[in-house]
Amino acid sequence: MNDLVWVPLLVPFLAVPAARRLAQALPPTRAAWLLTGIAVGLAACSTAALALLVVPGASYVPALAALDALIEPLTAGPPAVTVALASAAAGLLAWSAAAVAGCLRRHRADLTRARALVGEAHGELAVLHDSRPDAYALPGRPGRIVVTTAMLRALEPAEREALFAHERAHLRGRHHLFLAAAELAARCHPALRPLREPLGYALERIADEAAAAAVGSRALAARAIGRAALAGGPSGLSRPLLAATAGPVPRRVAALLRRDLGRAAPAPRVRRFIAAGLLVCLVGSGACALSAADDLHAHIEVAQGEASHL
Amino acid sequence: MSGANGERRPAGELEAGVLAALWAADGPLTPGQVQEALPSPLARTTVTTILSRLHEKGSVSRARSGRGYAYTPAQDAHGLTARRMHAELAKDDDRSAVLARFVSQLDGEDEQLLRSLLDGSTE
Repeated sequence: MNDLVWVPLLVPFLAVPAARRLAQALPPTRAAWLLTGIAVGLAACSTAALALLVVPGASYVPALAALDALIEPLTAGPPAVTVALASAAAGLLAWSAAAVAGCLRRHRADLTRARALVGEAHGELAVLHDSRPDAYALPGRPGRIVVTTAMLRALEPAEREALFAHERAHLRGRHHLFLAAAELAARCHPALRPLREPLGYALERIADEAAAAAVGSRALAARAIGRAALAGGPSGLSRPLLAATAGPVPRRVAALLRRDLGRAAPAPRVRRFIAAGLLVCLVGSGACALSAADDLHAHIEVAQGEASHL
Repeated sequence: MSGANGERRPAGELEAGVLAALWAADGPLTPGQVQEALPSPLARTTVTTILSRLHEKGSVSRARSGRGYAYTPAQDAHGLTARRMHAELAKDDDRSAVLARFVSQLDGEDEQLLRSLLDGSTE
């Protein structure tokens, strides 16, 4: 058994908090790429590690061993441990495969439902008759902007332009693909889940900045977001008492107005240190998975009777 | 305003702006009224052209008003089912992440913070 196989499974617990911290200090576009890259990279490595744990145990199953022309089980460790680990890893793999499939199915169903909702419209704007203010970008070819009548009425004409520019930025940047990637990665390893929230925030910030540029005023874009949110009214929900941070909408407005809400971003030196650490995590994960795979390959050759015992 | 000349923007974006102005209004609008309800300066002829194009597509309906037409957004039969489906989609708190909402709901503290931010931002 190669102990390196555990590294890709444990790295997300360390890398995810670091990536969240670094994303706070980065411009939104870089933050979005960083969070998505970390999510996808670590998900791939941890899935590979699970697969590597399954193989030695599977070699005890005669039918599977015959498939690969093994003449004896892999000498990966004590048989009982190997088989138990392989069963657990196979269970986790099956579970995450089912979760990924379910997630994809749900995404597709939601998109189909949302597309049916706006119907065969002619143009980029689809208006829904609804008394609740709501707006979102509906990805597709072509992408559509879906907005309710209540939202249109809550905003001034110039603020509506800012809203449309925001949604156009989501569509143009194909932001739904980033979100879907992070969502699927979170199904592969539970420690990757906390990457979704900062990614969603970074994508909204990208669209906010694009809207501010399109209407030529940061204050106008900020007002559009603020008034749209206030039109919805408070949800009656309350955050846990200890939450010391503002919700995403005030943070976005403050960022557009270049106002500080007292969330200290790490100093440049700390930032470089975290970035270097993350790179080590990502490369290390990949290297450990590869090394474990190489090791396993050697064991397979032994079991096939092609090489002498290690 | 940025002074971004409205005339130079893609036709699709101009159509969206005009359609939004019609939906936000309480009643039918004449091209002149639409022109006033748009944030960027557009020539009256441009507004009229956009309105005719929207009418050809069936996105708006029009009725004679004085020497010209007054326009209202087209309410098709589809609208009613859409409303019901939208209620269903909005109910789902865990709505698919691929549909990023423009704004999320606020809690009480967020609302106060947001109001104070916006109050201080008048240019």
